[in-house]
Amino acid sequence: MTRYVIGRIGQALLVLWAAFTLSFILLQAMPGDAVLIKFLNPEFGLSADQVAEIRAAYAVDSSVVVQYGHTLVNFLQGDFGYSLQAGVPVSAQLATNLPPTLKLAGLGFLAATLLAVFIAFLSSMAPFAWLRNAIQSLPSLFISVPVFWLAIMLIQIFSFRFRLVSVINPGPWESLVLPVATLAVPIAAPLAQILIRNIDEIRTRPFVAVARAKGASETRLLWRHVARNAILPTLTIAGVLFGELIAGAVVTETVFGLNGIGGLTEKAVGNQDLSVLQAVVVISAAAFVTINLAVDLAYPLLDPRLRTGQGAAA
Amino acid sequence: MSTSQKPVLDVRDLNISYSQGDERPTVVHGVSFTVEPGEVVALVGESGSGKTSTAQAVIGLLAENGRVESGSILLNGEDISRWSARRLRSIRGAVVSLVPQDPGSSLNPVLTIGAQVREILEIHGRLDRREADRKVIELLANVGLSQPELRIRQYPHELSGGMKQRVLIAIAIALRPALIIADEPTSALDVTVQRRILDLIDDLRREHGTSVLLVTHDLGVAADRSDRIIVLQGGRIQEQGRTVDVLASPQSAYTRKLLSDAPSLAAAKPRPPVEPGRPAALTISNLVQDFSLPTAKNFRAVDNISFSVARGTTHAVVGESGSGKTTTIRSIAGFQKPTSGEIRIGDLDVASLRSEALRQFRRKVQLVYQNPWASLDPRQTVQAIVEEPLLNFDPLPRAEREARVRAIIERVGLPATVLSRLPHALSGGQRQRVAIARALVLEPEVVVLDEAVSALDVTVQAQILDLLAELQRDLGLTYVFVSHDLAVVRQIADTVSVLHNGRQVDYGTVEDVFSSASTAYTRELIDAIPGQKFPRAELSRQP
Repeated sequence: MTRYVIGRIGQALLVLWAAFTLSFILLQAMPGDAVLIKFLNPEFGLSADQVAEIRAAYAVDSSVVVQYGHTLVNFLQGDFGYSLQAGVPVSAQLATNLPPTLKLAGLGFLAATLLAVFIAFLSSMAPFAWLRNAIQSLPSLFISVPVFWLAIMLIQIFSFRFRLVSVINPGPWESLVLPVATLAVPIAAPLAQILIRNIDEIRTRPFVAVARAKGASETRLLWRHVARNAILPTLTIAGVLFGELIAGAVVTETVFGLNGIGGLTEKAVGNQDLSVLQAVVVISAAAFVTINLAVDLAYPLLDPRLRTGQGAAA
Repeated sequence: MSTSQKPVLDVRDLNISYSQGDERPTVVHGVSFTVEPGEVVALVGESGSGKTSTAQAVIGLLAENGRVESGSILLNGEDISRWSARRLRSIRGAVVSLVPQDPGSSLNPVLTIGAQVREILEIHGRLDRREADRKVIELLANVGLSQPELRIRQYPHELSGGMKQRVLIAIAIALRPALIIADEPTSALDVTVQRRILDLIDDLRREHGTSVLLVTHDLGVAADRSDRIIVLQGGRIQEQGRTVDVLASPQSAYTRKLLSDAPSLAAAKPRPPVEPGRPAALTISNLVQDFSLPTAKNFRAVDNISFSVARGTTHAVVGESGSGKTTTIRSIAGFQKPTSGEIRIGDLDVASLRSEALRQFRRKVQLVYQNPWASLDPRQTVQAIVEEPLLNFDPLPRAEREARVRAIIERVGLPATVLSRLPHALSGGQRQRVAIARALVLEPEVVVLDEAVSALDVTVQAQILDLLAELQRDLGLTYVFVSHDLAVVRQIADTVSVLHNGRQVDYGTVEDVFSSASTAYTRELIDAIPGQKFPRAELSRQP
């Protein structure tokens, strides 16, 4: 068991390092650099020599290998460098922009899970075939809706038409309602689909028939026997979908004008602010890896078969 | 008992249909029978006979697309066939309970044994938690599980198949139901475990006076364990009566055929003895096979096995699960290198072969697997399946290849029209014939038959066994026949090795081993063959 945990943590660290290295290489491969973009701007009126001096001061002219080592050591110490565009440490930017995104992503994920479970259970308890089919087609509908369109429609309907949620100077929680809904719908769809399929599959297992032969009610069957077994494969997908969540957050923040990691990334891409981008990539990777590590570690808690490590031999 | 005159179960003119797309074919036609208190009634039939549907209807567990069209099911005198789901729940488990077919998948993998036995008490009873726990331990002890206090905290995967079936029996008897439906309760278990489980059901039944509706495909089991037999075919009752009467003087032709095809009931027709001096097609000497485990030290799956198979004869490898049968044949097929010992096919040392030589060797040893549903690629036509080995080994011109495929398909008794079909369009027996054709198309020296008839119905099994014997006679084939079924082995093999925990506990001609087994284990295996209570001499066989 400890070997399993240590192995998983090791894998997670390896993935993080690979994400850092790959993003570093890709960002370096872009022509030009942030110093050139900022200081070659005619407004500054700097000569080529002066720009070269500044570049030397920021060490952007040294060899790629030296820069890589330098950045890696700094990252390991929690120093993400300076944002050239904003002129403040990247960590300071993160401190203001990360919490709203975390709140959005966390609540979005929670809402998506609840929505998925709701749809799946509703469909499996539906008394009529036509109702069941209707509910089961909801996820495909959800998947096909573009996030930006959904966001705009939600604002139109709930804020402007019904005036339920205010978008001008909203309260701290009120401002999150529509973004969270926007984010949750596309994530909930694949989750619900997988959950529905698993529930249908588990229902045909002999142990469910045995439970029914004991005189168990449909509710008991669903909660005690089907749900716990159906949730296991869904968990893996939930971890993978977390990546979707990060991508979705960028669009959602832009549409709702939230000042989060999404907005920060958008600006940094425009300005080739490499240290900001590098930090965003590493933090997203860290979040992704952590979630999936948590999923891997939760598995043995939910499935006793994984607790003993290797099953019986031969 | 006051209800002694009233049958526990009275099924009258039962019709069951299943919806399939727009159609609604009827699979059970006008079935009527009764089960008296304390009686064991066996529902016997092959797959598709409607025996399982009938049993499921009795406990109200038909699949979602199944429906009782007409007829009545009287349980203790009350017709339950039109009851609501809620009302049915009140009798399930309490008045009629179920012992399912496959103990491996019939317990919820994420709940403890204790929780699953306690559940039936929770659903129907008002016992408090401590009383319920005591009752669970008592029940587990009742069905012969050792250390019941430990078992209640264990999960299903920590128990063997036989132990799981005991747990399921404990659940079935928990509320002392009037009727237990045992749906092929032992077909997934080893033969010695099967015997112990059937003994247990017998004992508990006698103790509690419970009636049992035993659903089985195995006439031997029905012969040994039932008071009355109902023979079903194609959803209709062919014959019913007292077990002794049905077996001694079967009235319907179908019953007679079933009886003559059942290896456990048929009188052993001795195979002609093998004349000495035949060259050995396969020789195994001191085979040892270890597997490395991540945690413990090496696991020895096969420990010092030696046998030799003369050309044109059949050697059976017999044992229960975990005995090392599969490991042995994997070594023969060259899928793994022996840890020590030697395997010779003709005069070729299998272990010495590398890469291309090993690949070329594979044509000399071909395998036929147990499950004809899984061993054929569902997307390939029969033609493609049978010609694939030729493409791998023999670069023949297309016309000649097709002629070879056609010839071998005819040889295994299939019409040439199957060549363009996909496996799902074939029956189980036809599929196994295709698998045999695929193995024979390369003209191998040794054919390994891995439980090749175990998944088939008895009448189909008898046909495939006849085919194998005929092919051996005509083509001089050498078989290694792996099986858990000693009755089949007696019918088809010349020599036999009995494996137990990786060791070879008996080896010799089939006659010697059956008449004077040298070990207690082999004796136990032979004694556990079902159908022995039945007086074989009285069996009227088909001409």
